[in-house]
Amino acid sequence: MQRYLIYRVGQSFIALIGVSMLVFFLTRLSGNVLDLMLPIEATPEDFERVEKAWGLDKPIVVQYGLYMKNVLQGDWGESWKWGSGALEIVLEKFPATVQLAAFTLAISTVMGLTIGIIVATKKDTPFDWGGKIVALLGQSLPSFWLGIVLMWVFAVLLGWLPTSGRGGITHMIMPAVTLGWFNVAALMRLTRSAMLEVLDSEYVKLARIKGLPEWKVIWKHCLRNAAIAPLTYFGLVAGFLLTGSVVTETVFAWPGTGLLAVEAVQARDYQVVQAVVLFMASIFIASNLVVDILYAYLDPRIRYN
Amino acid sequence: MAIETNGNGNGKVVLEVKNLHTYFFNRWGTVKAVDGVNFAVRQGETLGIVGESGCGKTMTALSLMRLNPKPASRIIDGEINLDGEDILRRSEKDMRDIRGRKISMILQDPQTSLNPVYTVGNQLIEALTHRREHAKDLKTEAEESLRSVRVAAPQRRLHDFPHQMSGGMKQRVVGAIAMACDPMVIIADEPTTALDVTIQLQYLRLLKDIQVETGMSIIFITHDFGIVARMCDRVVVMYAGRVVEEGPVRGIFNNPSHPYTEALIGSVPKLEERVERLYQIEGQPPALYDLPVGCRFAARCPHVKDKCLEEYPDNFDADENHTAACWRLDEIWDKLPSSSK
Repeated sequence: MQRYLIYRVGQSFIALIGVSMLVFFLTRLSGNVLDLMLPIEATPEDFERVEKAWGLDKPIVVQYGLYMKNVLQGDWGESWKWGSGALEIVLEKFPATVQLAAFTLAISTVMGLTIGIIVATKKDTPFDWGGKIVALLGQSLPSFWLGIVLMWVFAVLLGWLPTSGRGGITHMIMPAVTLGWFNVAALMRLTRSAMLEVLDSEYVKLARIKGLPEWKVIWKHCLRNAAIAPLTYFGLVAGFLLTGSVVTETVFAWPGTGLLAVEAVQARDYQVVQAVVLFMASIFIASNLVVDILYAYLDPRIRYN
Repeated sequence: MAIETNGNGNGKVVLEVKNLHTYFFNRWGTVKAVDGVNFAVRQGETLGIVGESGCGKTMTALSLMRLNPKPASRIIDGEINLDGEDILRRSEKDMRDIRGRKISMILQDPQTSLNPVYTVGNQLIEALTHRREHAKDLKTEAEESLRSVRVAAPQRRLHDFPHQMSGGMKQRVVGAIAMACDPMVIIADEPTTALDVTIQLQYLRLLKDIQVETGMSIIFITHDFGIVARMCDRVVVMYAGRVVEEGPVRGIFNNPSHPYTEALIGSVPKLEERVERLYQIEGQPPALYDLPVGCRFAARCPHVKDKCLEEYPDNFDADENHTAACWRLDEIWDKLPSSSK
């Protein structure tokens, strides 16, 4: 187990370094930032002076080294658009995204797993057909459309929910449905097929031969074995949601990191772009690491190899 | 060289199966997997159920525990009298109490019959908690039950996961789980097919030893006549969902009375003979959704007459306690015209 952990943490670090390089070098490919930063009447001397001040005259590899050194010390660069620290800007937007992500994840995971288990144990009955319809809709309704329709029905026509913005729990319902329905559908289908496979296995037969009650057969013997595929998906979704959804945040004017990323790219504020991407990548890698550790918890064969 | 047990036919009948029918229903029709099976098992006896793949052996076994795949299949008719009561009339809740405690089962493949994510101890204790009386604490009981299937260092093995054990060891654990509550009848569905030959023999001995100690009855499902000779007191031969011959093991071997049994015994290769090609039964068994009216073996039978194609044979006496469903045993057989086809 310890070897597995050390190995996976090491891999995550390598992935992070790779991401930081990609981000750093790719943003540099978008052209000379000084053209954008300096006023139109700036002289070549001005250019040279600013270049020196920002360290842009040094070889790019050295620039990367300096950047990483600063990043590790907590200095993620300065935003030219907003005039404050890039990391501070990201962190300021992050709680809103986390709030929505956590709410969506919790609801869609519980629903996806439960519905998946129910439809697997009631295969080829009306429950199963109903589940299929929920899944079909969830996977085929585009989120920008779903978001607007929800808003029109529940906020405009019925007036039950606020249209947009961040506030109490009522503000989260529509964005969460928009974000989460797709996940409920995907999780449900993954759980269903994994459960069907496990329900057919010999060890489930043996569990029944022992005379165990059906709920124990399903919740103890099946679920843990069937959880690997849904867990993999959960890891990906957790990463996606925690890094912010551009479309849903835009539709519901939800002040999260997704919106920030779009604005930073449009402004070519590359310190912020770098900070956003690096931050998102770290979250993504971390959520994958957590999932990998959970695998080992679920399945001893992974733990011992 | 059968190991002698209480197979003298004098024990009390613990399990009696009467006219059992288990059918599968799908959109193409009805598959008659078990189609009117009758047999009885006495206390301390080993009954062999023999037949080729798909003849309904395993479905019969699962029906005995009422664990036939649902909702695809249903037990539509018959009686299963276990310890004096018809379990087909009991509720699903009652069945949970019967499974493991009165009747239990060892599955074919030890590699897949233990849950990979729980320790052996966990799975064994789960079976033990099903027993009402707890003499000692469960861990000691689990150790004892591993010891009873000759697992060395049981206290350490309890903490092992299935993947840390060999196939033979796993099958012993499956045996310990199946026998945790001292059932009266244990069904062994080809328990040694997936094991090495040397381990097979050990496992068969172990089952016999435990049978002698506990007096349980064993239903041994196999297609291997060598194992039948070694293990069983009586044999039931199944073909296409029905019992075609039943009798004591000696009678079946010395005087096989159904052409199918003859052919099965004939297809066991003999060590003392050198042959160019191994014997095989020509043709295929009939499809279970489209069964002929007459004898189901008729299409592959060398002795077939018109009567065989027209009417399913009764069970005729072959010799003492030995019956076979074949018209050849009827006294009118010799007068019947031979097949017109």
